[in-house]
Amino acid sequence: MPDGSRAPSGLPPLPGVGYKPQHFAEILDTPGPVRWLEIHAENYMGAGGRPIAQLRHLSERFPISVHGVGLSIGGETPLDADHLARLKHLVGWLNPASFSEHLAWSTHDSHFLNDLLPLPYTDATLTRVCGHIDQVQEVVGRRMLLENPSSYLAFAESTWSEPDFLREIARRTGCGLLLDVNNVFVSATNLDFSPQGYIDAYPLDHVGEIHLGGHDEDHDDHGRPLLIDSHGREVVDPVWSLLDYVLDRSGPNPILIEWDTDVPDWPILRAEAARARTALERLPA
Amino acid sequence: MTVTQDEFHAALLDPGRAIPEGLRDADAHPAGRRFNVYRNNVAVSLTEAMHQAFPVITKLLGAQNMDGLAGIFLRLHPPSSPLMMFYGAAFPEFLAGMEQLSHLGYLPDVARLELAIRHAYHAADSSPLDPQALAIDPDALMAAHLSFAPAMQVVRSPWPIHAIWRFNTEEGAPKPEPGGQDVLITRPEYDPIPQPLPPGGADWIEALQAGASIGAAFEAAAETTSDFDLGATLALLLQGGALTSLTEEGQDHEPTRLDP
Repeated sequence: MPDGSRAPSGLPPLPGVGYKPQHFAEILDTPGPVRWLEIHAENYMGAGGRPIAQLRHLSERFPISVHGVGLSIGGETPLDADHLARLKHLVGWLNPASFSEHLAWSTHDSHFLNDLLPLPYTDATLTRVCGHIDQVQEVVGRRMLLENPSSYLAFAESTWSEPDFLREIARRTGCGLLLDVNNVFVSATNLDFSPQGYIDAYPLDHVGEIHLGGHDEDHDDHGRPLLIDSHGREVVDPVWSLLDYVLDRSGPNPILIEWDTDVPDWPILRAEAARARTALERLPA
Repeated sequence: MTVTQDEFHAALLDPGRAIPEGLRDADAHPAGRRFNVYRNNVAVSLTEAMHQAFPVITKLLGAQNMDGLAGIFLRLHPPSSPLMMFYGAAFPEFLAGMEQLSHLGYLPDVARLELAIRHAYHAADSSPLDPQALAIDPDALMAAHLSFAPAMQVVRSPWPIHAIWRFNTEEGAPKPEPGGQDVLITRPEYDPIPQPLPPGGADWIEALQAGASIGAAFEAAAETTSDFDLGATLALLLQGGALTSLTEEGQDHEPTRLDP
């Protein structure tokens, strides 16, 4: 493991939000409960201009989490060396408090599909993903966190449960985990398992960050609920309850509110962060 | 029963293709429309990226027509890198090849202008040249070389693309008049500013970029534009912070560049 610290991430166990440029001035003026910010790595890989200048400015005030959405760690083909070099450059100059990516694939045949696509949980996938994570941690020079996906379907060929799969990846690579509680709720609804049972099986001691976001509701061919991880609205009550269930077992953790589509005015996003602070404050000191 | 990423990828971009076998719901039924969540995510997110990247084209065509075009484009030219800020580089050529749009001949060049504005927005920062640097002996000035800010872009067109762009982005802008326009994009701070270049200006800048001295570039520009006004072009560049250094003959070229 490239970095010797025990904590899976350097983020404070407090609320953070996904940074949107339209909130720049208000975040600086009235951050409220927000104590750290997360950015999508790929949006800050230009050579300069306003995005980089704003990020540099924000990083003087807030710990920053760099969250990659384009590395395609689950891809069947080798990682994109150019993209890995861009990540190394960003992490190098920004020196963020945390760096994370997804258990998913997004690039195939040189096509980037701009979505997080699902993986079968097999021994072959495990070997491939661990190899890619080793490479990322080696090149970027620090420990990364790996996020659990939202699932809309399952693979007949899977032989591992998702919590066991993530635990084994963390054990083999030394990476930390990013627990997206909304994703657990979405997957549990879509694939008909108990979200609390998932949390009971999940290796909470590896968690360096928690994600919360809103989802949309749809139905499948058989009229059963199909939740879509859209990040376009408030976090629903059952997900807040599941967060409490997690925090009761994990203790305090950095909690991020993700809101990426139909981005609301700052006070609404700040109110979601305040709700995360309330969830943290009810934990015994 | 394994599902390869090859199969998944092919079905993702082609709604007519069968959903790969081996994908299931919780009751071990075939995944059915659950697969469409991924199809939809890919198509919607890339279509949205095209709207954001080409707001003037979207306005010229109407959002619904743009959706239709984007749907075709994204399947022919999926992004080749995760840097969505640069997605759509092939769009001008794609528009030029659409027969049903051939009556709107200016569209490809307007799309090139929108791409260039985006490149200017994300280009590396640089320190502008102090105009005092030009106050040297006139012969030495004519023999000197100029370097440009990474954000500076020039887009040339036989269509009035600046006027079209302005008419569709600025309240009360004048209606475009026929005639070609060369557009200079500068980025004095963080916002790219497109402006029409005077006749010959683009020739002069291109000659300088190719390594000509100020004087040699002037001669090149005067060849096509007998009344080429160097002062007007130079003023646009200086005001826009688009010049970064002046190198007198015998000095080494060393443009200033600030990388993040």
